[in-house]
Amino acid sequence: MTRAGDLWRFPGTRAAAFAVLAYLYLPIIVLVVLSFNASDSSLARWEGFSTHWYAVAAADGNMVHSIEISLTVACIATSIGTVVATLAALATARTRFRGRIAVEAFLALPLVIPDIVAAIAILLFFVMVGIQLGLLSLILAHTVFTIPIAYLPIRARLEGLDPALAEAAADLYATPWQSLRRIILPLIWPGILSGAMLAFIGSLGDVVVSYFISGPGSTTLPVYVFSMVRMGVTPTVNAVSTLLIAASASLLTLSYLLGRRFN
Amino acid sequence: MSNVRQRAGLLTPAMAVIGVLLVLPLCLMAFVSTLERGPDGGVIWSRHTLDPYVQFLFERDLMDRLVLNTDYLQIFARSIGLATTTAVLTLVIAFPIALWMAFQPPQRRTFLLFVVTVPFWTNLLVRNYAWILLLRNGGVFDRLAQSTGLTHEPLNVLYSPLATGIGLVYSFLPFMILPIYVSLEKLDRRLIEAAFDLGANRWHALTRIILPLSMPGIVGGLILVFVPCLGAFVTPALLGGGKSLMIGSLIQQQFGQSRNWPFGAALAFVLLALIVFALVLHALRYRRLAGRLT
Amino acid sequence: MERLTKPILLAACLAVLPAGASPALAQSKELLLFNWSNYMPPDLLKRFEAETGIKVTLDTYDSNETMLAKLQAGGAGYDVVVPTGPTVQVMVRDGLLMKIDASTMSNFKNVRAPFDKPTFDPERAYTVPYMWGSTGIAYDTAKVPGVKLEESWKELFEPRQPFVGQIGMLKDENEVLGAAAYYLGYDYCFEKPEEGQKVLELLEKQKPAVKVYNSEGTVDRVGGGDVAMELMWNGSFHRAHKKLATVAFIYPREGLALWGDNLAIPKGAKNVENAKLFLNWMMEPKNAAEATNFLGYNNAIKGSEQYLDASLRDDPAVNTPEEDQARFRPMRDCPKTSIDLKDKIWTRLLR
Repeated sequence: MTRAGDLWRFPGTRAAAFAVLAYLYLPIIVLVVLSFNASDSSLARWEGFSTHWYAVAAADGNMVHSIEISLTVACIATSIGTVVATLAALATARTRFRGRIAVEAFLALPLVIPDIVAAIAILLFFVMVGIQLGLLSLILAHTVFTIPIAYLPIRARLEGLDPALAEAAADLYATPWQSLRRIILPLIWPGILSGAMLAFIGSLGDVVVSYFISGPGSTTLPVYVFSMVRMGVTPTVNAVSTLLIAASASLLTLSYLLGRRFN
Repeated sequence: MSNVRQRAGLLTPAMAVIGVLLVLPLCLMAFVSTLERGPDGGVIWSRHTLDPYVQFLFERDLMDRLVLNTDYLQIFARSIGLATTTAVLTLVIAFPIALWMAFQPPQRRTFLLFVVTVPFWTNLLVRNYAWILLLRNGGVFDRLAQSTGLTHEPLNVLYSPLATGIGLVYSFLPFMILPIYVSLEKLDRRLIEAAFDLGANRWHALTRIILPLSMPGIVGGLILVFVPCLGAFVTPALLGGGKSLMIGSLIQQQFGQSRNWPFGAALAFVLLALIVFALVLHALRYRRLAGRLT
Repeated sequence: MERLTKPILLAACLAVLPAGASPALAQSKELLLFNWSNYMPPDLLKRFEAETGIKVTLDTYDSNETMLAKLQAGGAGYDVVVPTGPTVQVMVRDGLLMKIDASTMSNFKNVRAPFDKPTFDPERAYTVPYMWGSTGIAYDTAKVPGVKLEESWKELFEPRQPFVGQIGMLKDENEVLGAAAYYLGYDYCFEKPEEGQKVLELLEKQKPAVKVYNSEGTVDRVGGGDVAMELMWNGSFHRAHKKLATVAFIYPREGLALWGDNLAIPKGAKNVENAKLFLNWMMEPKNAAEATNFLGYNNAIKGSEQYLDASLRDDPAVNTPEEDQARFRPMRDCPKTSIDLKDKIWTRLLR
């Protein structure tokens, strides 16, 4: 029962899954390998092994700073966006009410507007109301775009949950807060986690909005990288990407091992 | 009554954030789209014109008459076509792995969630560069195909629509896998057991139980892939060879070299109108369908 | 309420006042630079910091157009930006740049003609020259053994058989349409619809022979042999040449774009004095040479030659021979009708 469930009834699923994982990681392997390339471009063929670009990345104060900015913005925006999206999903899922379509369209708006238009619109607006461009403005703008990304998986999770559960809880005199915390949240946890992770990579990858909404000293990593196009992107970017992957992978492994230990 | 108030309370933060930080600025942009362009970019705030919207469909010929111009329509049609293809392909590829993930033991499921998203902690540009290196003639795939004797010609995949497709599907995969996974993960396996016990075959189990259950996830995933894909411009430019414009780069161009902000804004609102129209149509049909079933 | 706010406002004003009254005093030891990434050698910036005690913070953009759009929309606070010639014209017209009278700076005497009086800023009232370059044709001589290509845009727009399907183009309407205009004998800022029609026809005929329109990765495309001919910046060519010895650079006789990047101070800059110091410092021959050595583009500073790497000094693509310099056509800002026409052609070409 625990091992692969009833998947034997759907032959090929496992093979297909591994094929997709290979698809996902093949370019990443190339990317990682090239971070050790002696050549001066991340588009070049192999020209010999070197850790030069890691040294360059470490010495490039501007790049290191941009990574800090990116991670800070992504973490905070994702946290706020996910909480807000969860609340919204609790309101819209499993019910029908007048104007629901309008509400959902409204929530999806950040996805629909092309980046550059939203970016310039928000910039004009911030300048108009006098919000200083910097870390705060970046976080505000990113939060907007994390909301629909987090919202959709969470809502998908809530949809089709048995409404009887919450009702049963209410019957047992659970306060709405108790029923939320003890019953609903654990049930939709995978949705929240998925939504947060998608929101995080969305925020971490954003270029256009970040470019326009940043002020002096708050350039994000993707903006920094895109600005390399004039002289060519160097393997420093591969090195930095590799380090980010390595960091997240070790965190992940650690939590996996710890989790297994305590279970 | 309290239900309504509760719902309003839950919705307020999201609506407020989007309303203040996006909708208000967009109202400003909608206003911009009705203004006359500045001579060097920007706009003239005091002069109005509807030219930007006229320009979407018409151009002035030598005699200054308005004639139909389908350039922008063609670009819109191509982008919509590309986004549709990408969304469908992503769905086909994402579904099996989402199903597989949902059937893993709980601990491993969370682990897999990370495994699927971690590649996207890397930078978009170098990720695309990696694909260029894989796909180009003399690259990994080309050499593999030649050495196995599959072909003796260069593969010529890079700078083709196929390469664009490979790159776009790749970029959007997690946005399809995760929503489907979360809706399948709550599947009570006893349901399937029971179905099989009652003599259902695989096809029935899939179409009667699993697919309907994953529907919210599929719809969510389709939105998360299709809509942003419409505006994608980096991957088509890098992998597709940039021989044809996409909506994303067309709009970008208006705020850049063309110095025509009002037209850029107008294009965005035409796009917005199209998408909202499609969403509403879908929602209405869905509701009617649901109404008929219940 | 009113009674409360007034004193607070007053106090706030008082607190701000000293800063506003004596900017020289309040100025911190920092410089906010807005530039492409890697478009100034990191070591050079570090040396500037060490010599002056001014800390440089770098923020980046990916094109003149995005930089311009951001400043036009009100993004501000940078001390130095790096606009190319035509963009300088726009920024001056829009009042985005501060008048600095660069010709009165102590190192301005080092600026070589004609860069001391460029068309986009004839009196150097707003800018100081940085790197300059040109956009010509690069091709792989190995594809046409024994044949010497004509020094003409014809080779690019009506390519010989070995180059068909092997051509890379910059994805930049000004560069592409400008080159086509030179070939057809039109002005860079052509405005006549019938000229536009001819340009479009030329480019549509060329399109099937083009493998890729993209401004990124040209060095590796040419250096790795993915394309055999490319519309290319000379500095990029220099770097591609290091990877593939058989590539050559053509200065087409019909004329080719000469572009110059500049250092300028946008209005609203916080650290104006530091910025001026930096601009002057960059006109030192040694410093300009260090930038050239790092970037592969030539600078406009007399006396920098002695510090240049030999490979750059000896590369005719970087150190342009006298006779080829006559072919340079300085890029400039075009009138709106021309921009609109080019835009229409570009959209139709890539629709």
